[in-house]
Amino acid sequence: MYVWIWRHLPGPFAARFAQTVLLLAGVVAVLFLYVFPEVEPLLPYTDVTVDPGPTTSPS
Amino acid sequence: MRWLLRGVGQTLITAGLVVLLFCVYELTVTGLYAEQQQQTLDKELSQQWAVPLPSAPPGKPQLQAYEEGKGIARLYLPTLGENQVHVVIEGVSNEDLKKGPGHYPGTAAPGEIGNVVVSGHRTTYGAPFNTLDELKDGDPIVLETQGFFYTYRVTGTTIVKPSAIGEVAPVPNQPGKVPTQRLLTLTTCHPKYSARSRLVVRALLETPLAKRPGVVPPALGG
Repeated sequence: MYVWIWRHLPGPFAARFAQTVLLLAGVVAVLFLYVFPEVEPLLPYTDVTVDPGPTTSPS
Repeated sequence: MRWLLRGVGQTLITAGLVVLLFCVYELTVTGLYAEQQQQTLDKELSQQWAVPLPSAPPGKPQLQAYEEGKGIARLYLPTLGENQVHVVIEGVSNEDLKKGPGHYPGTAAPGEIGNVVVSGHRTTYGAPFNTLDELKDGDPIVLETQGFFYTYRVTGTTIVKPSAIGEVAPVPNQPGKVPTQRLLTLTTCHPKYSARSRLVVRALLETPLAKRPGVVPPALGG
């Protein structure tokens, strides 16, 4: 997959390298801004309150 | 065959990197977010407190309507470090707790008779209650409101089930009973990085101290 992407990027090595960095930054941004905040509540260590059960208020 | 193996290998490496990135996000980015939120809330609280109360009855805590997601008090844990100051916000939803320790809506206000309940993150979002287990009996916990410093003393630390809703009752574990004591309850998850149990620290109000310029409670070095 990575080889395929590298082959399909246009331009000389320097240009391809720059595009790769941009693509990576984009992927990281999407993960940090959208994916991780969605996933986080599903993990246990954000549970800090006492409550009657999982059906009521979150956290 | 070879291209298939390579594909599987690359996918696994990618998945591993994403999980690592998630750890980086949880342990650093959430902390930066909380720190920035705390600074904003602290500033807002100072501005809000700069406006004098209409008629603060001396020696009596101010009954006021709290707005969810806004700062209501400062919490000091002096025995856990000099920089252990957090703005307590109203509410305990996921969004609220990302900003700092949250005050359970409906529980007593700082200094009031009853049970002031505050929950905070143990490991992420600045981890305000990271070392809460290190509090010993007699250690001071100070809540600062517009008019007062309330110094509480730790009376006990317990590990309870996540369903132990009785901990937030006005008289802990005796729901319906009319309170006579002024209690403070701090809760967080336990053990670290787990939701198996909750750590509960209980404290009893020792002395309210009316705020005057230059006056700091003994627990904070005054």
